[in-house]
Amino acid sequence: MELMDLTAKKAVEMIKNKEISATELVKAHISQIEKKEDILNSFISLDMENALTEAKKTDEMIGRGEDAGALAGIPIAVKDNICTEGLRTTCGSKMLESFVPSYDAEVVRRIRKAGAIIIGKTNMDEFAMGNSTETSAYGVCRNPRNTDLVPGGSSGGSCAAVASCESMLALGSDTGGSVRQPAAFCGVVGIKPTYGTVSRYGLVSYGSSLEQVGPVAKTVEDCALTLDVISGYDRKDSTSVKREYGFSDMTGQSIKGMKIAVPISSGAVVDNDICKNMEETVYKLKNAGAIVEEIEMTLDDYVVPAYYTIASAEASSNLSRFDGVKYGYRNNNYEDLHKMYKNTRTVGFGTEVKRRIMLGTFALSSGYYEDYYLRAMKVRALIAEEYKNVFDNYDVIMTPVSPVKPWNIGEGAKLPVETYKKDIFTIAANLTGMPAISVPTGLYEEGIPSAVQFMADCFKETNIIKVAHIIETV
Amino acid sequence: MKQYEKVIGLEVHVELNTNTKIFCGCSTKFGAKPNSQTCPVCMAMPGTLPVLNEKVVKHAVAVGLATNCRISEFSRFDRKNYFYPDNPQNYQISQLYMPICHDGYVEVETDCGMKRIGIHEIHMEEDAGKLIHDDKTGCSLIDFNRAGVPLIEIVSEPDMSSADEVIAYLEKLRLIIKYLGVSDCKLNEGSMRADVNISVREVSCNGEKMPYGTRTEMKNLNSFRAIRHAIENEASRQIEVIENGGHVIMETRRWDEENGKSYPMRSKEDSKDYRYFPDPDLMPLILSKEYINKVAENRPEFREEKIARYVNEYKIPKYDAGILTLNVAMTGIFEETVKLCGLPKKVSNWLLGETMRLIKESETDPEDINVSPEKLSTIIKMCENGSINNTVAKEVFEKVFYENTDPEEYIKTNNLLMESKKEELASIIDTVLSENGKSVDDYRNGKDRAFGFLVGQVMKATKGKANPAVINKLLMEKLKS
Amino acid sequence: MEQNVIITDEVIENIGILAKINPENEMEAMKKDMEEILGFVNKLAELDTENVKPMSHIYDVFNVLREDKVVCEDKHNEMLSNAPETENGYFKVPKSI
Repeated sequence: MELMDLTAKKAVEMIKNKEISATELVKAHISQIEKKEDILNSFISLDMENALTEAKKTDEMIGRGEDAGALAGIPIAVKDNICTEGLRTTCGSKMLESFVPSYDAEVVRRIRKAGAIIIGKTNMDEFAMGNSTETSAYGVCRNPRNTDLVPGGSSGGSCAAVASCESMLALGSDTGGSVRQPAAFCGVVGIKPTYGTVSRYGLVSYGSSLEQVGPVAKTVEDCALTLDVISGYDRKDSTSVKREYGFSDMTGQSIKGMKIAVPISSGAVVDNDICKNMEETVYKLKNAGAIVEEIEMTLDDYVVPAYYTIASAEASSNLSRFDGVKYGYRNNNYEDLHKMYKNTRTVGFGTEVKRRIMLGTFALSSGYYEDYYLRAMKVRALIAEEYKNVFDNYDVIMTPVSPVKPWNIGEGAKLPVETYKKDIFTIAANLTGMPAISVPTGLYEEGIPSAVQFMADCFKETNIIKVAHIIETV
Repeated sequence: MKQYEKVIGLEVHVELNTNTKIFCGCSTKFGAKPNSQTCPVCMAMPGTLPVLNEKVVKHAVAVGLATNCRISEFSRFDRKNYFYPDNPQNYQISQLYMPICHDGYVEVETDCGMKRIGIHEIHMEEDAGKLIHDDKTGCSLIDFNRAGVPLIEIVSEPDMSSADEVIAYLEKLRLIIKYLGVSDCKLNEGSMRADVNISVREVSCNGEKMPYGTRTEMKNLNSFRAIRHAIENEASRQIEVIENGGHVIMETRRWDEENGKSYPMRSKEDSKDYRYFPDPDLMPLILSKEYINKVAENRPEFREEKIARYVNEYKIPKYDAGILTLNVAMTGIFEETVKLCGLPKKVSNWLLGETMRLIKESETDPEDINVSPEKLSTIIKMCENGSINNTVAKEVFEKVFYENTDPEEYIKTNNLLMESKKEELASIIDTVLSENGKSVDDYRNGKDRAFGFLVGQVMKATKGKANPAVINKLLMEKLKS
Repeated sequence: MEQNVIITDEVIENIGILAKINPENEMEAMKKDMEEILGFVNKLAELDTENVKPMSHIYDVFNVLREDKVVCEDKHNEMLSNAPETENGYFKVPKSI
């Protein structure tokens, strides 16, 4: 068995038992990066030298019999909107091409403490705004399963890196499906934890009330293990929720009697193969003893417009700090302050980012606030209510991750609204805060990975991890 | 000409004297090197998040209670979005929709009597950094040390109609806040800042209230004098506009005290559309009755209570108590000094007399005076036990006031103790007696008034530096022998 | 029911001023995109939200407070080193007119 094919769980065990060394493991991944990166472009920055130094330290610790942590020696790739001290963090934007944080994100602090080894920063849609990793200022990222296809996004780099064994684990961020959809496209597992479970400190904000950092791994178990490491209360994030978390021991449990709801898709046009995959998964779940029922959701059509209004409004404010004053890019063509602001932001941001900033600015502006931002926040409350009601009777909701399969690079929808509509299944979890997982179910005929999504009530990660693990193993 | 009245409302910003900034652990101390009191949070580095300082809430509630406000059971922070380089986020975290305190009032007294000024709301927010403009290079330099220092903004109702009322209102707010000890409230240093909203309206002959006129907002008012000038000037300007058939434009104007004029601050790039929305990075505040009660219970003694206590406990006149309590620093010195030497009326006299005189003479802010209770009590004690006389005491006190001299040491080095002067005094008395034989005879013949004359002569000869009690005693002995 | 929204030159110019973005050569496309997106968003008006409380926070977590204690690692030099332009420890910007 090749080192790269190990699960993280197994690899940690072997490193701790000195069957393999962290250095060997990191080296194996580096050679994989050297082989694949030219084509895939999963990474914006690599930190291989430092990774080897860290690996050596881990091996020394283990040699001395010290506890090297729950992720000892495991290579991990970090999305480039998560701050890493001393390591460039670009958010996939020209705006931050030279930005080097003087601090670690809380999740980074936690994975370092757990002994994981950061090998690089992954490619992404600019400021996490997109679902194909095509809006990155550092070139498109390719799907390792078929390099003509997009890897999905915005955490396309993180999912491509794990799927291609350039890294064993990865962190992504999920504001509207940005971990789950690329995980589905690349055939790996991705979790969006319940809002408040993982600290957002050091995650460059796009839609503050919607997003969470989430793990990406080849297996449900590895994903849960990583989530164990990154979750937990952080006093630096006021939205962090104080409670006990523990996920990895939820794998391997029975789902007998578990009640699973499958909403009948109202508005969305779903690819036939994806519908078929859903049916097959229902069959598997029933075989495993779950009770699966179809339900009707009445607000599905409003999820995408509510989301894009709220996310854009928050983004318009969150991204105003990028102004050419304190860090990042400054355009040199200006006569005064306001010209400097405008030229910096007009040149420094890509089209999609500017579009959302302008949309969000409009939604908050005087005369439109009530009709756009405020109404969207009210609809959000209605949507949350509807899901709450479903969870009164069901443990889990199952949906597709995306209504479409990965498309050819450069051949996505031309109209923004058509692109946005592809997020129909993933967005509800962000609007309501609930946890969701994307788990591979196999391959479609053409060899592209298939996947489904499970969602649960807030803080009920255990339910989705249990059921996803079953799907993964049957 | 028609009669107009002014309609004035104030937005008063008060910098709270917490140890740390409102949303991060950076120190708020003055005078540090530029940008040295900053961290990733108050510098708005990407990905950083705010966490609210509990002291800010406590202080805001305390001010709210002291100004008769209702404390909101539920309040929340909003973002006020605008681009300006002194604000690292390009939005200010403030409170618009649900401020922490609302619907209060304070009572102010002017020559026209008592008046209640309504307080619309008090909200918490963060201060901005400092911009230094360099005309030569056409650039601005930014120091973010003040960025994130906590402020409360006290928004009044448009209840004032004269500069006198405005100043009385500000004095009242300042006194309340100084009593609470939550801010220095210095206009000249910017720890208290007032923006004045002003409009004028016609006074109808039948006393009927006319509708409000269009208001303007005056900024950059760094002293009571500037506030007074700006109000008079702006009211006249608006009346002139109206009289000439024009309309007052709603705008923000910058007051230039040096030239006695205001200028509009607007430019096309400075929009007033702040796009407020609830800050998703901060959770709401829910204040329980218990919390509010606790803040109320822990409040310090206010002026009215102090006056009553001074009269009861220290038996000083109400008039004295009233003046002493106009200044918090003064009440501190008074109470501490009385603790050390007793004699409340004497202490009060020293503070209301000499201290006030020197404050006026030196144009010092009463808050900054250099009189320690230890030193003042030493002087009073020495004066009382006859070690020094009043004139010496005043001289020593002046030294203490201006140079923070140690009184005992000063008295010693300058040989001002009565005791050391006894012999000198005896010989002076001998001289006086021999030069005033007639008065001596008069006294011995029963004319008591002559004694007073002799005391005066001795005093004169000692240039006032002798203790009258000692003179009396020595003189009496000499005359009887 | 996706209503038409017209973004006038005046509106887009005002948004550009507020957002400090001036996509001169993308202006027409930007207007069209916004009209399309807002038309789509207008679907929300179909729902009766009259008496709905807007959901600005997901949970009933409140009073997240910090002690008033100085905790500050001095990293201002590292932060300054990220700035496009500085002078004597200050951040430097062109003057606003």
